[in-house]
Amino acid sequence: MKLDSKNLPLEYSTETNRMNILGFWIFLSAEIMLFATLFTSYFVYVDRGVGSGPAGAEIFELPPVLIETFLLLTSSFTIGLAVHAMRINRVKAMIGFMIVTLLLGAGFLSVEVYEFIHYFHIGATLQTSGFTATLLTTLGTHGAHVTFGLFWGIMIIIQILRNGLNARTANKSFIFSLYWHFLDVMWIFIFSFIYLKGMM
Amino acid sequence: MDFFDRFTIPPHDDPMLYASIVAIGLVSIAIVFGVTYFKKWGYLWSEWLTTVDHKRIGIMYIISALLMLFRGGADAVMMRLQTAVPDNSFLDAQHYNEVFTTHGVVMIFFMAMAFIIGMMNFVVPLQIGARDVAFPRLNALSFWLYFAGAMLFNLSFVIGGSPDAGWTNYYPLAGTDFSEHVGVNYYNWALQISGIGTLMTGINFIATIMKMRAPGMTLMKMPMFTWSALITNLIIVFAFPVLTIALLMGTLDRQFFTNFFTTGDGGMDMMWANLFWIWGHPEVYILILPAFGIYSQIIATFSQRNLYGYKSMVASMVIISLLSFMVWVHHFFTMGQGAVANSIFSITTMAIAVPTGIKIFNWLLTMWKGKIRFTTPMMYSVAFIPLFTIGGVTGVMLAIASADYQYHNTMFLVAHFHNVIIPGVVFAMIAGLIYYWPKMFGFLLNERIGKWAFWNIVIGFCLSFFPMYITGLNGQARRMYTYSEASGFGPLSMVSFFGALLLAVGFALIVYNVYYSFRYAPRNVGDDPWNARSLEWATHNPVPEYNFAITPNVNSSEAFWDYKKNGHDLFKGGIKDIHMPNNSGWSIILAGIFFVFAFCFVFHVWVGVIIAFVGIISCLLYRSFEKDDGHHIHKEEIEETEKKFGGAE
Repeated sequence: MKLDSKNLPLEYSTETNRMNILGFWIFLSAEIMLFATLFTSYFVYVDRGVGSGPAGAEIFELPPVLIETFLLLTSSFTIGLAVHAMRINRVKAMIGFMIVTLLLGAGFLSVEVYEFIHYFHIGATLQTSGFTATLLTTLGTHGAHVTFGLFWGIMIIIQILRNGLNARTANKSFIFSLYWHFLDVMWIFIFSFIYLKGMM
Repeated sequence: MDFFDRFTIPPHDDPMLYASIVAIGLVSIAIVFGVTYFKKWGYLWSEWLTTVDHKRIGIMYIISALLMLFRGGADAVMMRLQTAVPDNSFLDAQHYNEVFTTHGVVMIFFMAMAFIIGMMNFVVPLQIGARDVAFPRLNALSFWLYFAGAMLFNLSFVIGGSPDAGWTNYYPLAGTDFSEHVGVNYYNWALQISGIGTLMTGINFIATIMKMRAPGMTLMKMPMFTWSALITNLIIVFAFPVLTIALLMGTLDRQFFTNFFTTGDGGMDMMWANLFWIWGHPEVYILILPAFGIYSQIIATFSQRNLYGYKSMVASMVIISLLSFMVWVHHFFTMGQGAVANSIFSITTMAIAVPTGIKIFNWLLTMWKGKIRFTTPMMYSVAFIPLFTIGGVTGVMLAIASADYQYHNTMFLVAHFHNVIIPGVVFAMIAGLIYYWPKMFGFLLNERIGKWAFWNIVIGFCLSFFPMYITGLNGQARRMYTYSEASGFGPLSMVSFFGALLLAVGFALIVYNVYYSFRYAPRNVGDDPWNARSLEWATHNPVPEYNFAITPNVNSSEAFWDYKKNGHDLFKGGIKDIHMPNNSGWSIILAGIFFVFAFCFVFHVWVGVIIAFVGIISCLLYRSFEKDDGHHIHKEEIEETEKKFGGAE
């Protein structure tokens, strides 16, 4: 869809909406700094912070991580479809895709919980070493964001069901999609630089 | 009773402490009693505590900052008193540790930050001709989160014990091995809460400045203070998340026994120092850039000339903001990075002197051949230039990595950073407060008392801190609660104590000035008492709720001057209905719950933590489902208000 001033999509249609979207982009840049700090710390601890605990290569398992990646990447695709459905005013399809997105997110979280329990059982807890603390804090921060996103998404669906698709709900849905894509991008970094690099 | 034992103050018993507990209790009771007696609760709640008006939020920030200035100032006087003579026993070592820690934290986070954010709140929307900030409700939440953090931090003094590991809070000293009591937990949570508030301020003001400027005001036509605010808020958004993570790691270390900053099991204590200063050095520029902005406004106004080198002013601030992220290692040259890293950070640090020097020359050239009027704000600005330059030069001395082995952690360093922060930030904020006072309250502060305060503060500052350069070079370490007579630091330390007293007298005079002017100053100062230049002066004093009756049409960075002198048509068209946001108690309630959450967390009261967490979620849910489209101020109402002010347009 072409974005000129006469033909703005619903989520951009009011001054408040445009302001909210800009504000959220700025918030995302702060979030990038948050994760950048975690990644930087991780890179420092990954070699020198192992102490007497296990190293990454000893605890990482590919199957759960691959499942998580698959679930989250797919959910990023479905939230994109939801926004597309919103743009062409297909509310039912939009809600459907949002529900699929949240289910995929919940699936991701379940596998992550399994992964954490696994780490706990093999003796890689939050307290084990500087490395495990940074690893679990980075993953945990991402996971907490996904959890927050799940509840946020449910609230938006309820509001669309109650009030229909209007400038306000469209705006919220669009901002939610930005957030969800952002979490996905962060996961790609986690997958590449924490898991893959760690398993090599 | 085991449960309550944790709330006592373990490290030391001191009659002074109990005296201050009683004093705090009495003052709180007096405030509650006073407000009830004068039946002001309703007014306070509906006009101030629930307000979303950027001007009132700004004023509340400034009042809080002044309160914190006196708390931090009392700490400062206590330290100077303790070190005034050798082998003094006024404070013991533990108490002294707590006092210098709280002095630093209170002054940086709760005084200086609040003061600059208060100034930005009040001035920026007026300077760009906006009705309010981009997210007024969020702005109120920012303030109340800051306030909750500040109150939490001050509570540590009477419940559980103050932090005692310095404002830089280095590990392992700040870890549970060496700081057993809850002081550092307070540090983590108070800064975490107010840091979230600051981050939201950053987002809010970037959106405001990018999107809400009056028609015709391009970026390069913004008044200089707004430019400084924009750059500052960009730094806030990129620097504060680092602090968030560092504090989170510290909290996990202290309360969940992780090994981020410990010395065993792969922990790295230097990680904290690095993370802290990656945030901490940009923080220095978060403080000083708005001060530069204020000076730019004041110097141009009272030299009665336009600001010299506008573009270079903007460029130098952008360069400073970039460099500010590349210098953090200079805070610990002596902690073993090796020659290469030290050299690089030494050079980037010195490089910052270049854009700062450009700004100094621009202010000097603004005054050159100007018709200077020595009002109180201008006197602070004129005193700032040489004093700040001395601070900058000693900063370059400290930037020489090899020489830093002599200066590191001596009183020389203490003298240096007070030499940049006090003439830089504090003078600017006092000058800005006096300059914008008529915009806030509709009358001027008394100039004669103001000048007495000025001379006390300037002379007091020089007497306090210049001796420290000398004792520092002679090897006096900072943060030592006492020293021997043989060291020879006694006489100069006594001079320093007298300086601190003069500073205290100066600040007391400022308070007296507020009281005096409130009672006796004439109220008909008009809309332009200073013959000012930029847009914020194009509306009335005090500013009406809606700021400008008609959205101004801007043609330059000195739109008001052009309007006065060059016949620029600032207000085109007629008065229309104005859309305004509604007041809401949501922000103060949410921040209050955050306070409870953090307080319970500090003391490991998990039930309270969970209940407060549910409360926070409920507040967010309420906000998500709330419908609040604001209200309109009608045309007739605006016309009536405008008539009362003497019917401008």
